[in-house]
Amino acid sequence: MSEALTIEGLVKQFGGLTATDHLSLSVTKGEVHAVIGPNGAGKTTLIGQLTGEITPDAGTVRFAGRDVTGLAVHRRSMLGLARSFQITNVLADFTARANVALAVQAHQGHSFRFWRKAATDQRLIGPAEEHLATVGLADRAGVTASSLSHGEQRQLELAMALATRPAMLLLDEPMAGMGPEDSARMVEILKRLKGDLTILLVEHDMDAVFALADRITVLVYGRAIATGSPEQIRNDPDVRAAYLGEESADA
Amino acid sequence: MQMIRVGFIALVMLALAVVPVVANAIDEPFYVSLFTRMLVLAIAASSLNLVLGYGGMVSFGHAAYLGLGSYVVGIGFYHAANDGMDWALNGWMHLALAIIIPGLAALLIGAISLRTRGVYFIMITLAFSQMLYYFFIGLERYGGDDGLSLWYLSDFGSVMDLNDDSQLYYLAYGLLLLVLFILYRLVNSRFGMVVRGAKSNERRLMAVGFPTYRYRLVAFGISGAICGVAGFLMANQSEFVSTSEMHWVHSGDLIVMVVLGGMGTLFGPVLGAVGFLMLEQYLPELMEGVCHIIGGSSCGIAGEYWKMVFGPLLILIVLFARGGIDGLLQGKVGRNV
Repeated sequence: MSEALTIEGLVKQFGGLTATDHLSLSVTKGEVHAVIGPNGAGKTTLIGQLTGEITPDAGTVRFAGRDVTGLAVHRRSMLGLARSFQITNVLADFTARANVALAVQAHQGHSFRFWRKAATDQRLIGPAEEHLATVGLADRAGVTASSLSHGEQRQLELAMALATRPAMLLLDEPMAGMGPEDSARMVEILKRLKGDLTILLVEHDMDAVFALADRITVLVYGRAIATGSPEQIRNDPDVRAAYLGEESADA
Repeated sequence: MQMIRVGFIALVMLALAVVPVVANAIDEPFYVSLFTRMLVLAIAASSLNLVLGYGGMVSFGHAAYLGLGSYVVGIGFYHAANDGMDWALNGWMHLALAIIIPGLAALLIGAISLRTRGVYFIMITLAFSQMLYYFFIGLERYGGDDGLSLWYLSDFGSVMDLNDDSQLYYLAYGLLLLVLFILYRLVNSRFGMVVRGAKSNERRLMAVGFPTYRYRLVAFGISGAICGVAGFLMANQSEFVSTSEMHWVHSGDLIVMVVLGGMGTLFGPVLGAVGFLMLEQYLPELMEGVCHIIGGSSCGIAGEYWKMVFGPLLILIVLFARGGIDGLLQGKVGRNV
């Protein structure tokens, strides 16, 4: 009943293409809410509007009880809305530790501190190493991000999001490009985070979605065609027609 | 390799420390002014390195801050010489204003320029510096196109006398060390991590909650302020202030020094400035010499074509020595393309 995130009447058009079409959606505190849909359904556009990188044409986004529709990216992060990127987006020439330390630093007040060395600051390094441990990268802390494997970079991505001490995580295809082994490990990590955090999960990997989600919203052409528990979604005829496989719609 | 690098840099810094002693011993005072110029440009290149090397902001207008710093000295001198305002020669005041005015100018220019990216940023910083260049050409009172010859230099009372080339040299050397120390603290501080992070991936930094614009802007202002110090020294070294130092070509030279020495390393710009001026000074003589050895005729003019060697040399360094001279010292030989 208490909503972490509420979207109402969200519209975003790119030229003639309506990427988000009067979308309304709410995410309850503490739940894992998955958004699925075929390619081009507007999932990444939705994430962009939630983080503030894309300005919607109409509609509102409310987070933690306040209207954040017009709020800048870094301000939303300060309110506790963190994201991971679909395409790995870390500081390639920084070590894993430094990547996470920067994310920690972002939430310890302003950074107009010109004199003390950041690399040995325990207030940054301590939490950074904790978050690395949470995602299973404790022994890779000193490795340059560009030298990490793809799966490890995805884990680092998650550690950076966690380091901002978010109330809610927006995960844009955290399993993208992962093999089954890495994917399974990521599901385990997310399962452990479940409950403490509200998570909006955009993901193509159906095994992961059904393993993690409390509720699922199906997006087609920017519109939510169904929202419900994994069981309801699995059995929804519209969803089956639009997404899970046309042939079953005849049944 | 790290030993070679540290050793080489220490050697250069030590050699720079004894230049006036050696020059006076062998009675070649010319070297003092040549090497003072190196130190001055090393400070300017280091200031550019803060935004270019560490911050990824390709400023093509740093000559403007160099020029502003030198005009502080020039304008002070003008009023002392013509209006009898002796206090206008006060060296401490010159130094302070040569930090504050270019710093504020950089904040103002940066505030607009930093809203753009890539080529647009380069062009806007260039446009602003050219605006200042033409502004000072229009200032007939302070010499306009002809510049100002300084009969009096910045006055530090009994503390030091800048008419003494050795004292000016050690002031420049001391200021270079101070600037390097400040930059060292700066780039490793929390502030420095944000500026470097924004170079690496600004979008990510915003996503974790940094308002990157204001950090980049402050870095730009600090860079302008440090560059102004170099301008203050340059005016006192050449005993002349003119608009030509503000010309965009000099902004380009500063970029070349940073790239030549090694972007984003503390001592790279120092090595770059020394290397650049060494080549500018000795490449013509070298070419003349080579011309004689291979038995060419009219070797006298061979030296005039030194830039034909200098240009390709820079291209080779950029292409093959990742990280410039400093990169070479670390053994980073590899293609950049």
